Amino acid sequence: MNFIPNTERDRQRMLEAIGIRSIEELFEDIPDIVRLKRELDLPRAMSESELYSHMVGLAGANSSFHEYVSFLGAGAYDHYIPAVVQHVLGRSEFYTAYTPYQPEVSQAVLQSIYEYQTMICELTGMDVSNASMYDGATAMAEAAMIACGQTRRKKIVVARSVHPEYRAVIHTYARGADLEVVEVDFQKDSGQVCGSGLAGQVPGAGCVLVQQPNFFGCIEDVQSIGNLARQHGALFVVAVDPLSLGVLRPPASYGADMVVGEGQPLGVPMSFGGPYLGFFAVTEKLMRRIPGRVVGATVDVRGQRGFVLTLQTREQHIRREKATSNICSNEALCALAATVYLSWLGKEGIQDLARHCLQKAAYARDRITSLDGYQRAFSAPHFKEFAVRCQVGTGRVLDELLKKKIIAGYPLGRDYPELDDVLLISVTEKRSRGQIDALVSGLEGLA
Amino acid sequence: MKRLEPLIFELSSPGRRAYSLPALDVPEQDLGQLLPAGELRQVPAELPEVSEVDVVRHFTRLSQLNHGVDIGFYPLGSCTMKYNPKINEVVAGLPGFANLHPYVPESMAQGALQLLYEIEQYLCEIGGMARATLQPAAGAHGELTGLLIIKAYHQARGERRTKVIIPDSAHGTNPASAVMVGMETVEVKSDHRGGVDVEVLRRVMDESVSCLMLTNPNTLGLFDENIHVIADIVHQKGGLLYYDGANANAIMGYARPGDTGFDVVHFNLHKTFATPHGGGGPGSGPVGVREDLVKYLPVPLVDFDGQRYLLNYDLPDTIGRVKLYYGNFSTIIKAYAYIRAMGPDGLKKVSENAVLNANYLMRKLLEHYDLPYDRHCKHEFVVKPGRIKEKTGVRTLDISKRLLDYGVHPPTNYFPLIVEEALMIEPTETESIETLDYFVETMNQIAREAYADPERVKTAPHTTVVGRLDEATAARRPVVRWKKE
Repeated sequence: MNFIPNTERDRQRMLEAIGIRSIEELFEDIPDIVRLKRELDLPRAMSESELYSHMVGLAGANSSFHEYVSFLGAGAYDHYIPAVVQHVLGRSEFYTAYTPYQPEVSQAVLQSIYEYQTMICELTGMDVSNASMYDGATAMAEAAMIACGQTRRKKIVVARSVHPEYRAVIHTYARGADLEVVEVDFQKDSGQVCGSGLAGQVPGAGCVLVQQPNFFGCIEDVQSIGNLARQHGALFVVAVDPLSLGVLRPPASYGADMVVGEGQPLGVPMSFGGPYLGFFAVTEKLMRRIPGRVVGATVDVRGQRGFVLTLQTREQHIRREKATSNICSNEALCALAATVYLSWLGKEGIQDLARHCLQKAAYARDRITSLDGYQRAFSAPHFKEFAVRCQVGTGRVLDELLKKKIIAGYPLGRDYPELDDVLLISVTEKRSRGQIDALVSGLEGLA
Repeated sequence: MKRLEPLIFELSSPGRRAYSLPALDVPEQDLGQLLPAGELRQVPAELPEVSEVDVVRHFTRLSQLNHGVDIGFYPLGSCTMKYNPKINEVVAGLPGFANLHPYVPESMAQGALQLLYEIEQYLCEIGGMARATLQPAAGAHGELTGLLIIKAYHQARGERRTKVIIPDSAHGTNPASAVMVGMETVEVKSDHRGGVDVEVLRRVMDESVSCLMLTNPNTLGLFDENIHVIADIVHQKGGLLYYDGANANAIMGYARPGDTGFDVVHFNLHKTFATPHGGGGPGSGPVGVREDLVKYLPVPLVDFDGQRYLLNYDLPDTIGRVKLYYGNFSTIIKAYAYIRAMGPDGLKKVSENAVLNANYLMRKLLEHYDLPYDRHCKHEFVVKPGRIKEKTGVRTLDISKRLLDYGVHPPTNYFPLIVEEALMIEPTETESIETLDYFVETMNQIAREAYADPERVKTAPHTTVVGRLDEATAARRPVVRWKKE
């Protein structure tokens, strides 16, 4: 296959127009000593039908979630994606467009981002949202960079109860920018970040980073953390699960300066980890420091409302080394998925959905922890995920349940050696009582 | 007739809904028992209340207000707006890929891991690199990753290098990325042929320089003929060479960045390898490195032990993670499918035809437009409306806006910065001679209009759903969200 329309005859006409005899002449500026003098060593071309079969084979070598009942979350969640989302995303006016540099022919992308920004502001209670970041982890890392820039401080304080991969990305970014990262441990009983640990570290820090609910599913005492940050002049950065905001209060209400998070639960398939989208919202005070694209409303010469990329003097294509970030491409199409999804879900739907996740998770927790050999690992309240200590060990639990076509959860021992017998279980609205009961009876047989 | 569409919020009507949920089939507990009262949301988020028909019509109507590659020519320079094969969209959506959780046991993800392993090999072959990470989500993210690797390399050698050299024709992301890794930028001017001024480079290159970032061919569409000399100058002082792969569509099968002296390379899968741009993303920006830099790559890498594919986290000198999970997997699937569809000869034909199309277009435009560097170009080129502007006052922006009336997306405007009134044009290989001729005829028509009736061009566009928008007010008094009145 190739997607080149010009025929040999067309090419001849073009060569004549240029005034050369062969295409090779156009490559004479590549010095001979750096030329590739052999064919690239790649597999031979395939027809479309061969390619399709090959790809079906590769996809079939994975175990699709259709065949398994999954309680795996840990940052990527199996929420239902309504058909309208893929329908809209399949419109090639959206997906074959570039960044909307020419607003007169980009109102679809621009208006949908404006709607997205509004929805993120509504969910989080913040004043300004950007058009998206790569994912929740890079959003949090860039928030930390901006906080240190704003406060002119060089220390980042992050709760150890934040997603391990978010923390890993923060460490990477911070090393690049020569910033210090201090992790504050969690309380062994509650699963929440340790208040006295924070109190010891926050003085002098540029920011405090927490996740709500945290990686263990636990609800953090965000009000106290926010107060502590404010008291010491550090910016308060919170990563949230957007769907939890159907039932949990918006971060603006407890003093967050920046709210970030992973938008995958909003209609984006798990796709082995990406592409997802990071959302990024700030207070008005920080508006001119926000990274990436921002869409604003304005009017055209005919007096009509229209939308444009705005506040571009923050951005790399204008400001080069003085930009607030290097981000250029973002995750616009995933942001569109989130916009369509949230339109479908609506004002009532997000509350209902959050309630369903909460109730089903509570039911699963109660059933599981009533079994012998399984205990709640942490006492703090949770939303759709909770941690369970398994007497028989997580390896045995996972293996045995896999035989019953159930993925029982995520073993926290991977990232926290002290939690090597703790399983993180995620329950979305898709899990039925029957499926939860099957998990429970699978676990029961092991104890 | 296209019409503006209200905001989804303006279509909202209390009580209307699109969603449905499975029954809540577990006993419901009192909310106050499950969550602390203080953490409960008091005021619901003002999301729209609309029916499913409303949602579908809204976004379908909205979509009609956008230009895309599937609608028409999109010669946006340095963005490689080539056709996005439809089969790639289909295979990326296969349930075995789309429903795969990133934390399933490796044994359940062998197909996905095989794909990642193989495309890494393909990209390394195309770039002349030893190994690559697929984690970066975009070109700029690749730059950040590459610069962190270079920083780690110098630090491991006990050297503190604080500068990055960047040509004046470089993409804005280059200096912005350098600053993110704590570097100072040093700009080198271009010479009269449009390449790096080698003498200037010799003067600024010393032991405080970490690396030179170069796009080759550069943003003028010109291949730097002195690339091997440049590489020598940088390497002799212990610096490394970073390849910004934004323009790799010009050289596949002709030259490999690794063979031309580059130590670290990023590719833009959403440019060269035909994955769609999605209105601004997702992209994917894999980074390849030479052998002795492999140990600094982000974790995990995908390895093959002869029987099964596995995630390798055991890289003690790694710079760490730059992103969640393993990169933009779904985008990577599309690039993989593209490479498999094209094969080695197909990829070479891509570059051949991309370069041929660009040169044809460049020569045909010279009746009215001026060429700052008169030599064969690679996959893109820059012209400017010098004569037109002088005689009529019509500028690049006006010409671009007038193009919209003819159903063509304008070229990149006012970039690179070193050419005044630049129009940076990249036709790509997937356009036919008829499309190119239509573009030439349209550009000539606009030139004739400029001479005959400059106001017509200066007030364009006339036929788009909105006219020129007031960007200055938008930035001065930002309205960045809708609010209920």
